[in-house]
Amino acid sequence: MILHPGVLGLLIGSGLVVALMLAGAVIGVRVLSGWDPSSASEHQLALERRTYLVSVLVSVALWIEIGSALLFIHTVDDLHELFVGAMCATGSLNANPVGWWVLATKAAMVLLFPVWIALNRLDQRAGDYPVVRLKYALLLALTPIALADFVLQLRYFRGIEPDIITSCCGSLFSESSGKVTGDVVSLPAGLTFPTFAATSVIFLAALAWTLLSRHPASKIVVTFLSPLVLAVGLIAIVSFISVAYYELPTHHCPFDLFQAGNLYVGYPLVTSLVVAVVAAFLPGIFLPVARRTSLGGLITKSERTWLTLSIAAYSLFIAFAAWPLVFGNLAWELM
Amino acid sequence: MRRHLKILDFALASLQRRPFKNWAIIAVYAFTVAVVASVLFLTQSIRREAAQLFVGAPELTVQRMVGGRHVPIDIGVGETIAAFPSVVGVEPRFWGYTYDAVTESTITIMGAGPGMATIDLVEGRLPTRPTESAIGAGVAAMWGAEVGGEVILVDAATTGVLYEVVGTFESPSDILTNDLVVMTAEEAALFLGLPEGKATDLAVRVANDNEIDTIAAKVKRAFPDSRPITRSEVLRTYDAVFHWRSGMMLAVFSGGLIAFVILAWDKATGLSAEERREIGILKAVGWDTGDVLELKMWEGVVISSTSLILGLITAMVHVFVLGAPLLTPMLRGWSVLFPELHPTPHVDPYLLFAIGFLTVVPYVAATVAPSWKAAVTDPDEVVRG
Repeated sequence: MILHPGVLGLLIGSGLVVALMLAGAVIGVRVLSGWDPSSASEHQLALERRTYLVSVLVSVALWIEIGSALLFIHTVDDLHELFVGAMCATGSLNANPVGWWVLATKAAMVLLFPVWIALNRLDQRAGDYPVVRLKYALLLALTPIALADFVLQLRYFRGIEPDIITSCCGSLFSESSGKVTGDVVSLPAGLTFPTFAATSVIFLAALAWTLLSRHPASKIVVTFLSPLVLAVGLIAIVSFISVAYYELPTHHCPFDLFQAGNLYVGYPLVTSLVVAVVAAFLPGIFLPVARRTSLGGLITKSERTWLTLSIAAYSLFIAFAAWPLVFGNLAWELM
Repeated sequence: MRRHLKILDFALASLQRRPFKNWAIIAVYAFTVAVVASVLFLTQSIRREAAQLFVGAPELTVQRMVGGRHVPIDIGVGETIAAFPSVVGVEPRFWGYTYDAVTESTITIMGAGPGMATIDLVEGRLPTRPTESAIGAGVAAMWGAEVGGEVILVDAATTGVLYEVVGTFESPSDILTNDLVVMTAEEAALFLGLPEGKATDLAVRVANDNEIDTIAAKVKRAFPDSRPITRSEVLRTYDAVFHWRSGMMLAVFSGGLIAFVILAWDKATGLSAEERREIGILKAVGWDTGDVLELKMWEGVVISSTSLILGLITAMVHVFVLGAPLLTPMLRGWSVLFPELHPTPHVDPYLLFAIGFLTVVPYVAATVAPSWKAAVTDPDEVVRG
């Protein structure tokens, strides 16, 4: 299965991400061991120059990883045609369950890399590198995830063969599947919809409050809310947004939203949710470092961008989620 | 925003100052994109053509196997299968190959049946008498025959048989009919030397698509020496084969891709004295390392997008206008009477994404370190020489 063009692209992409991250990590170790901001030695100057290299390496790795996550979803969806019993990406992932772990590592990287990029941006702009040690410690924590992603992806693609009979989304996303997905599906829309609506209102209100007041407590609230919003958003997609798009009360598979038949609506839907959540996550977690004098002003300036971006992205997510509910043909009682 | 646009403007001016070096990179880069894109466009087109052709194919084909080989099947088996619920019809098919020593080509012989209705005739009709035949465009061109003319074919008993041409097939069905000669079912059985009461295989029509696999299992249970082949199996095999072939070609081409990446690395590393001086002056007048890195990034974006567009246009012309003359011999197998390929222009955004991943991503990764090296150049060191 390795000789599929999409698979080759993914393996090349992940291989390069690992190479870039390892190069960054090696420099990171040197920086962590020899960093002395009070020194004006040649060694310190060389280390400061190398921080630029690391920032470019990781930025490129992030962009490749974002592209890789989208390409992975489309490739596993494209591969389903080769398996008996598969109808979308779910079937391809079930053909070798390691695929679900690949999806998890890709999600982890897409969610965590932007935090590093934001931290790095602040650090470089500050001029006196106030969070350089924290930044490189975080980089060393991210590198194993990139490595795991590459290894798992290789294992996944090596392990799937066209003669595997797999199970389709109809069995995984059904009430009787006996898995977490089955529990989510069995939640009635009468419960999940009000939860989603309430969470959305609270989240947007908290974002607006933070943007206007900049109160430290509001930043903490927004940061703690964001993982919850991500979870509720994903449950809403499985529970009723997908159903409304398919106009089929029994069909809950989120992966069909990424197919041409549904105008690839899954991509903007999930991307806007992820952008909103990641941007909202940042203000609160930077509170501990915001006290450092050189960073305070920079963080205040960046927060405005993050919060505005989060509000815009979440509004877009709500628009995509509400569209089929408002303009679709499926009666609400059937959801 | 204005700052970024100014840096982009500077990047464009900087690229124009070294036209030879940059056009050399773009030429190699665009060629790399064109090769990758041609392979992917062509395989996708063939897969699409195959999928469209199989829309009219029987849901199930039943063959008989002896010693692992495909042998003629009893027509009587069809009557038993026809009695299965959900089976709406079973049709014995008579087909095979004959080698024509004069033109050194293999011709496909087929008996006319109801399935033929899906193939369009350019002129004339299907044969109704044993002495008549309808021929594909390739056979017609080879023999110089047209409706009203004659063809001579060598049958199973190595006797030359004369057939009157009563119809020729349309070119859109080339992929099916190029090397085809159709005669009446009885005449085809006789010509191919099939024993009395035997057919090459049985085409089974199933009313409900969901029941195809069940019918196939029932056929296998009732006739253990049979091999039922479902339409979706054939399509899946085609998909797998063409994915594999395109991947194989890309793997063969990976040497070229690595050479391109090394070239990109080399060109990005080998800064001329003039370029180093330029960066040195920029830093002396106040640009910081981040600005120079952005300048290098914009240069990369301009080179990559120009090459990508040029490469994709080249690949589209090669595949969709010229019919991929450089790739078809490797992708479609071996034969004398090849159908002419006219792939329907269709570009999937997914393919563009995959092409980007196979070409742009390695280029960007290869130029990261050299860009940084250029960006951290010490102005003092460069300006003093």
